Amino acid sequence: MVSDRAYLAGGRTGGGLSALRREVGRIMSGFAANGAAPVEPAALLPADLLIDLYGEDLRARAYTTHDPVLGEQMLRPDFTVPVAQMHMQSGAMSGRYAYAGSVWRRQEPGSNRPTEYLQCGMEVFGEADIAQTDAEVFSILAEALRAAPVAPVTGDMGIILAGINALDTTELRKAALLRHLWRPARFKRLLERYANPQAPGKTRAALLEATASGRLDELLTAPAIGLRSVDEVKSRAKRLFEDANTPPIPAPQVALLERALMVKAPMGQAITALRNIATEMPALTPAIDLVEARAEAISGFGIDGYQLPFEASYGRTTLEYYDGFVFGFAADPAHNLPQIAQGGRYGALTRALGGNTPAVGGIIRPEALLALEGRP
Amino acid sequence: MTMLKLAVPSKGRLQAQCFDWFARRGITLERTGAGREYAGQVRGVENVALVLLSAGEIPRELAAGRIHMGVTGQDLIAEKIPAWESRVEQLAPMGFGRATLILAVPQFWADVESIDDLDAAAAAFRKAHGMRLRIATKYHNLVREYLRTEGVADYQLVDSQGATEGTIKNLTAEAIADITSTGDTLKANHLKILSGPPILASEATLFASRAGPWGAKAEAARREILAKIGAHDA
Repeated sequence: MVSDRAYLAGGRTGGGLSALRREVGRIMSGFAANGAAPVEPAALLPADLLIDLYGEDLRARAYTTHDPVLGEQMLRPDFTVPVAQMHMQSGAMSGRYAYAGSVWRRQEPGSNRPTEYLQCGMEVFGEADIAQTDAEVFSILAEALRAAPVAPVTGDMGIILAGINALDTTELRKAALLRHLWRPARFKRLLERYANPQAPGKTRAALLEATASGRLDELLTAPAIGLRSVDEVKSRAKRLFEDANTPPIPAPQVALLERALMVKAPMGQAITALRNIATEMPALTPAIDLVEARAEAISGFGIDGYQLPFEASYGRTTLEYYDGFVFGFAADPAHNLPQIAQGGRYGALTRALGGNTPAVGGIIRPEALLALEGRP
Repeated sequence: MTMLKLAVPSKGRLQAQCFDWFARRGITLERTGAGREYAGQVRGVENVALVLLSAGEIPRELAAGRIHMGVTGQDLIAEKIPAWESRVEQLAPMGFGRATLILAVPQFWADVESIDDLDAAAAAFRKAHGMRLRIATKYHNLVREYLRTEGVADYQLVDSQGATEGTIKNLTAEAIADITSTGDTLKANHLKILSGPPILASEATLFASRAGPWGAKAEAARREILAKIGAHDA
C-alpha cells in the first residue's frame, strides 16, 4: 500500500501518521531537554567521502545516484557522518545535536527489511569525561524507551583494542589485526596465521629467499606498469620477509584474547571475569577501569549499570566506526523487528574526518518502536 | 495465446555455436531477411518465435518475463539479476562460451600471489597514495560480493566496460577483475591471475524465465523443447 511505511501499515496518512509524529516529537523533546540543538543534514551526500570512510561495501548498502555536475551522490545511509561534519566545521569545542529524518538502505534481494526508515538521534561531541558522557547518552536513550518492552545490551570495543595492543608481536601485525577489527572472519584468519604460521608455498619461498639474498630485482623483470611502483613491491617484500622471521604470537596470549572476547555476563560479573584475565594480561586494565567507571556512572542515572548485559564482542559486525562503548536495545526476536535503538562511541570516525574530537551518540527507530508498542 | 519467445545472442561466434547446439537437438534456428536484419525463425518446434538480442540484455528480459527462454552466460545472469535463482531457471549448460571471472594484477607484483596479499597490498597502497586501490571491472556486483566475503578492505571498484586489461597501464586502475578464457590477453598486457579458485566459472547456458503465466501455447512449446534437449524442469 502507498500509505504503508517501515514497520507501520498506514503510517503515511491520517491517524497512523499523527501517532508517528507524536512519537518523533516526544523523542526529540527528550533530546532537547538534555541540551541537544536540532540539526537537519542534507538527504543527498557526496558519495566519495562516505565510501572513503566506510569502504566499497557501502555501495551494496546505500543508494547511489549520479549528477552530471556534482558527480556521484548517495542517499543518506545514516546521520553520523554529516552531523559530525557539521560539528567539526562549526569550530565549536563541544556540541550536542539532535536530528530526525529518513535514511535509505539497499536491502538483500528477498529481504523484508525496509529501504527507507526514520532515525531519531543524538550526538555528543567534545565532552572529555568519557565514562560520564557514555553513561549520559545511554541513559537518555533508555529514558526515551522507558515504556517499551526492549532489552539493553552493551559492549566496549576498547577491550579488544587493548587486547590486540597487549599481544607480544610486531606493530605490523597489530596494525593488520586492528584494520580487520570490524571483519571478524578475516580477523580470526589473521590471528590464526600469526599464532600458527604455515610453511610458505614455492613462489613465496622464492620471494623470501630472493629478498634475503638481495636478488629481488631478478624477480621483478616484467614491465613495471601502473601506479604501484617497484619500490612499493620491494618494500612489501621486505615486510613479508620480516614477518616470516617474526616468532608466532604465543598461544597463551591468543587464548587470553579469545577468552576476553567471549566474556558475556551482567556488567558487574563481566568486570570481575575481565579482571581475572588481566592478571595475566595487565594491559587490559585501563580498558576494564573504563568499563567499571561507566557502570558506576550509569548507576548515577538511576539504572543499575552493574546489572546491564555486557558482551565483549558486541558491535564488531556493524558498518560503523565504533571504537569504544557500544550499546543496543532489542525487542523480542519473535516480533521480527530490527534493533529498536543503538549507539556508541566513534573517535575513529572523527579522526578519519581530520579531527580528534571525542564523539558518542545513538539513534532510535521510531517506526519500529511504535510498531512494537502497538503489538499485544 | 502467445508464442514462446526464445532469445539468442544477436551476432557472432556465440550465435553460430548456439544455432549448432540447437540443430544437433533437432531444432533449427535461422536468420531471415537480409544479412544484417535482426529477424529469425524456428523450425522443428511449433509456436516458437526467435528473438535476436545482445547477450548482455537477455538476463534483464528473462527476469522481466518479456522473453520465455534465452541463451546467455552464467556470469551475466549472476551479475545482472539479484537472487537470480528465484527469477530464472537454469535449463541446460551448453558447453561453449566458457569463461572465468578472475582477479589479475601486474606480473611484476612479486609480493602479491593470493587474495590475502591483495588485501595487504591495498592497505599499503592507500597509505602511500591516499586513495583506495582501484580494481577495474564491469562485474561490480559479483566482484564486490566476492571481496566482501573474503574480507578485503581499502579497495574501490572503477567501471570498465571494455579493454579492461589496459586500465593498469593507463593508470586508471591498479588491478582488474575480468572474464578470461585462455589468459592470452592478460599475459600480453603483463598481468597475472591471483592464485585460488576464480570468482566465477561460466559458460553459455539456456535459461527460462520464472515470470508467469506463459499461456497454453508457450507451455506446450516449452515441453517440446525440453523433450528435444533432454532437460527437465527443476
